[in-house]
Amino acid sequence: MSIRTAIVRRAIDVGALLAEVQDTANGAVVVFVGRVREVNDGRAVTGIEYSAYGEMAERELAAIASECASNFGTADLAVEHRLGLLALGEASIVIVVAHPHRAAAYEASRFVIEEVKRRVPIFKREGYTDGSREWVNASGVAEYGASPEHRS
Amino acid sequence: MTVTALLFASYAEALGSDRVELALPDRATVREVVAQLRALPGGAALPHSPLVAVNLTYARADQRIASGDEIAIIPPVAGG
Repeated sequence: MSIRTAIVRRAIDVGALLAEVQDTANGAVVVFVGRVREVNDGRAVTGIEYSAYGEMAERELAAIASECASNFGTADLAVEHRLGLLALGEASIVIVVAHPHRAAAYEASRFVIEEVKRRVPIFKREGYTDGSREWVNASGVAEYGASPEHRS
Repeated sequence: MTVTALLFASYAEALGSDRVELALPDRATVREVVAQLRALPGGAALPHSPLVAVNLTYARADQRIASGDEIAIIPPVAGG
């Protein structure tokens, strides 16, 4: 089993992540790429600036990978999340999951992206074609009662 | 005791700094840290109950703070 997670400040090389999951016991490999979309809430986006509480983000990402491995069996996993200023179409996150069977590979991939969105302390500010910028409250979570540790 | 609160993204922008030193009574809780921050100029931008991490772990409002803890006020997360 190989598990690697990282927060990076450079372009993510999907091929390099794919090369990390070479165990031929795994007949299914699912690649998820999250990238900067040109429109959000009806506004034309020019780019997104990602920042993070770096030390905690690395820790949460590693914890998610470890939970993924125990929840879905012996999946091989490579995940990178990028920080900094990203242009349209650039990848902010790449998740590569390998598993003996496709159903678990898809589920494991979905688990990782949903948990990342829910609890990894990464923040983003979108830039728009009119020159304005805004922080994005993607999850909207701002209450203790609904905090990542306390939601089911 | 004196503790340092870390601020990020929109919260750091609102308070004009990414770290704030606070003087707190012994046995203070997360809730009191947030209340002090909200009383600062720009602090009203923080919700009453923001996400808070103590020593890199999400914390509850009633969690006690110890001297030297790393307290982070975390805006809505938006990774992925």
